[in-house]
Amino acid sequence: MSTEWTVRAITRAMLPILLVLTLVEVGSGLVLGRFETQLLQYPTLLALVPVTIGTAGNLGSILAARLSTAFHLGTLSFDPRDENLAGNALATFALAVSIFPVVGVGAWGLTALVSGAQLAPQTVVAISLASGIALAILAIAVTVAVTYVAYRFRLDPDDVVIPIVTNTCDVLGVVVLFATVQLLL
Amino acid sequence: MTVRDAAREAYREALPALAASLVGGLIAGVVLSGMRAELRDVSGLLVLVPALLATRGNVYGSLGARISTALHQGLVEPRVRGGDERLRSAVAAALANGLLASAFAAVAVFTILSLLGSSVAPLPVLVAIALLAGLLSGIALSAVVVTAVFAGYRRGRDPDTLVGPLVTTTGDVFGVFFLLAAVRIVLALAEVI
Repeated sequence: MSTEWTVRAITRAMLPILLVLTLVEVGSGLVLGRFETQLLQYPTLLALVPVTIGTAGNLGSILAARLSTAFHLGTLSFDPRDENLAGNALATFALAVSIFPVVGVGAWGLTALVSGAQLAPQTVVAISLASGIALAILAIAVTVAVTYVAYRFRLDPDDVVIPIVTNTCDVLGVVVLFATVQLLL
Repeated sequence: MTVRDAAREAYREALPALAASLVGGLIAGVVLSGMRAELRDVSGLLVLVPALLATRGNVYGSLGARISTALHQGLVEPRVRGGDERLRSAVAAALANGLLASAFAAVAVFTILSLLGSSVAPLPVLVAIALLAGLLSGIALSAVVVTAVFAGYRRGRDPDTLVGPLVTTTGDVFGVFFLLAAVRIVLALAEVI
């Protein structure tokens, strides 16, 4: 499975999937463009964008990496009662609940220093935490589903799952942030 | 193992990496929020942002993973000097693919926004920004990924666990920072022309 180390061989292995993922990300950019006016009006919301999509992608990819390792070791079964599966899902949720309030406080504090605060800190934390909880649930669902599909099709989850999960979570990050802002602002 | 034990172990292992990339994401966000004037001037630039940031993660994450696998297999020596041919090809391929994907994203954004009838900056401006940002952040990220993976490996750390957090953290920061630099350079040049 190892690719030969020439520019041509690496490009042949990488470029097709890279272009597909780029199109997916352009989709998330289009959602971002839909609330450009609000983002430009409130710098704090703009500051939330990279960190929210990044954290969502990381939650998904960490879970995916752990599930794929467990899968290779033969310690994972796709049963809701499986301790490993349930434990990892629970940890993902707990990580989101602990990290997203920090995301909110950090984004509010830093933009307050740099551009001045227009939004109340509790509004920003509420937007960030609500987005984080929704994203954790979505990230768990997407990761488990994609890992399961990879397993059924006998694909190596390491090759397929992580890029799909990371980029899907990026898109979901923008969509969820957009929805939360419309609800809470 | 109970669900609780499994959850606790997973939580403890993941928290440091998440916290590191949180710092990177926040810095990137502050730079992005300071770019409002540029985002207003170049319509469509905001739409391009997620694709450009994700390309950094996808391309240089894969470069890091490739190098760390090769180190494990003894295919590459952990030295930057000496100009290992495999290493040079891998870096060149990452730069080339990163640039292709960035330009492709700019063309896609321009085409879609034009079709939707939204206002969008001229195609050459978007492509120039995407390529320049891709080149600058690509050079910086290649240097960081290669040196950090080699340094980690020489100190006996598993490079596989370094690559993910390193690339997500520096990818966002360099991605946004060099995007800002690229927009300013391209706008200044466009004014001269």
